[in-house]
Amino acid sequence: MKKSILVLALLACVSLVFAQDIKIGGIGPVTGEAATFGISTKNGMMMAVEEWNAKGGVFGGRKVKLIFEDDKGDPAEGATVYTKLIQQDGVVAIVGTVMSKVTLAGAPICQANGIPMISPTSTNEKVTLVGDYIFRACFIDPFQGTVGANFAYNDLKARAAAAIFDLGNDYTKGLAENFKKQFEKLGGKVVAFEGHPSGATDFKAQLTKILQAKPDVIYIPDYYNDVGLIAKQVRELGFKGPLVGGDGWDSPDLVKIGGTAVENGFFTNHYSSEDTRPIVQDFVKKYKAKYGAEPDALAALAYDAMYIMLDAIRRAGTTKGSAIRDALKTTDLNVVSGRVKFDENRNPIKSAVIIEIKNGKPVYRTTVNP
Amino acid sequence: MKLQKFPRFLAVVILFYAVIEILFKLDVVNGYLLHIINLSLIYVILATSLNLINGITGQFSLGHMGFAGVGAYVSAALSTLVFKLSPSKPGDMLVFVGCIVAGGLAAAVVGLLIGFPSLRLKGDYLAIVTLGFGEIIRTAFNNLDVVGGPRGLLGIPKFSNFTTIIIASALSVVVIRNLIQSSHGRAMLSIRENEVAAELVGIDTTRYKVMAFTFGAFFAGIAGGLLAHLIQLAHPTQFGFIKSVEVLIMIYAGGVGSITGSILAAFGLTFLSEGLRLGIRSLADATGLPIGGEWRMVIYALLLIFIMLFRNEGLMGTKESKIIELPEVE
Repeated sequence: MKKSILVLALLACVSLVFAQDIKIGGIGPVTGEAATFGISTKNGMMMAVEEWNAKGGVFGGRKVKLIFEDDKGDPAEGATVYTKLIQQDGVVAIVGTVMSKVTLAGAPICQANGIPMISPTSTNEKVTLVGDYIFRACFIDPFQGTVGANFAYNDLKARAAAAIFDLGNDYTKGLAENFKKQFEKLGGKVVAFEGHPSGATDFKAQLTKILQAKPDVIYIPDYYNDVGLIAKQVRELGFKGPLVGGDGWDSPDLVKIGGTAVENGFFTNHYSSEDTRPIVQDFVKKYKAKYGAEPDALAALAYDAMYIMLDAIRRAGTTKGSAIRDALKTTDLNVVSGRVKFDENRNPIKSAVIIEIKNGKPVYRTTVNP
Repeated sequence: MKLQKFPRFLAVVILFYAVIEILFKLDVVNGYLLHIINLSLIYVILATSLNLINGITGQFSLGHMGFAGVGAYVSAALSTLVFKLSPSKPGDMLVFVGCIVAGGLAAAVVGLLIGFPSLRLKGDYLAIVTLGFGEIIRTAFNNLDVVGGPRGLLGIPKFSNFTTIIIASALSVVVIRNLIQSSHGRAMLSIRENEVAAELVGIDTTRYKVMAFTFGAFFAGIAGGLLAHLIQLAHPTQFGFIKSVEVLIMIYAGGVGSITGSILAAFGLTFLSEGLRLGIRSLADATGLPIGGEWRMVIYALLLIFIMLFRNEGLMGTKESKIIELPEVE
């Protein structure tokens, strides 16, 4: 009994010392199937918090106390963790989480409690539609199609484009449709628009049809395994022009499967560590020094999400949920993954980077604005 | 079968309910604690219903969460549909109960369908079939676009609360306990003890195995429906193999064949997993050690190993607490 009183007293002291701190909840899957995503996310968030604290806090000298929890990549666990951060720890805002399915379990809880949250990397369109307290730091899937079209038309100077996509997958279909819309808006012509069934390995029928229409560029918004196969087959059929895709290409396995066929290939992505902007290079240098590894897109987006949230709290000058939400809405900030503003659905309007496959390696090519 | 009402058990449930409700109103119990209690109660349904199959009837099922998935998806699809057609009306609770029961019934039908062909199998073979079944269910949800496919079923109204969950949970314990005590339950127990001997005295073993599966699936479906309406999301990964194993661990930690053990383990392990989260956090805060919450799963697993090493019959063995013990049947 005495011991427990002692522990309670100790806890009370601890909470008094930290009373001035602003508590922010962080969530990521540091264990489970997506553990590497979670660890990058945690690292990114911790780095942002340390920088703000080193600068002297958010406002009025009040520092940030990050309370980070593991969601195991499991929706039920996510719901528990969101509830814990809000009800038990009394956080004023939440940055998290990585996987859309878990974020979707947490978003209604934040909305119901009036706690602003920003997800670094949940791309599912429905996430921010849960309510006006829910934001995200990454662009959503269809947006990449728009950026891809801008790049094909302006940088590659293509005027006739073709697209091939997976009929059974919302992600690739959405990208292809948005690419078509934007490319035609710019004045280009989409000469072929072919779907293939999910799980196909032979794409020659669709590709032959596409090549008869003589496109300058082919848009392939598939995942890396399909892209590798499509690229190989289209090169065999004699196409030499550029191939363009989305962040589904972002895997070391792309070159393993596609070999030299994916050369002259370009894809849109959230961020590149080779981006020459000083803010990016500064981030990469500090991250490497701290964690001894190259920061991936997840680390960058988590860092950005935390920065966006803390910046909003600073501008709000209070920890009231509704004030932070209103400040978030008027965000206009330069962060590692580009300049961020929010649209009416609380999705960021921001630039994307184009990565080129050169000599079997992905290299930064350029940054494209929407 | 005459329904025994378990006066002591009901008294304990009502007392527990009243205490938690009052403490919640007084803000002693916060939303987080209440959420963990809700989860524990849902796990009580899952564990006792799996215990009916694994512990009482002695069949090894690895696909229990598959049944929960059927219940979750069916009830959630129904309630979101109703909710979409008419956003709110006085009979909401009735609709909710209807949806949950429909989910349970759907799961029971699936349990029956799976049961007939596969329950002629024994032991390891049955385990493999149920494992396969669970994965089929998960994959089916993953590929069904009408229920959201890999994105999960969203926008489920939040109908589950402490009151509805504790009623469902207490009801399922009472019904399962009654079933065990009935002649059907005795037949199930005899299958566990010796299937050949049971058959020799004239027990239709396949029929009772199918019955255990159907009842177990029904309650799992109810639990799945409650879970979906609690976290407002149904996602295929929630009903996979790993989740089935979690429930399996609960009945083994609590004691195979003991309903009391399943209840204790459902509460104990759910609280343990969350308690370790808080414990590790305060340890890290107090000592400055760089240990994160991810270590809790290591400790959790270690504790399970110790339970199995030093008490391999589980916490309760096959014993029942006095609270849910029935008067002996004459």
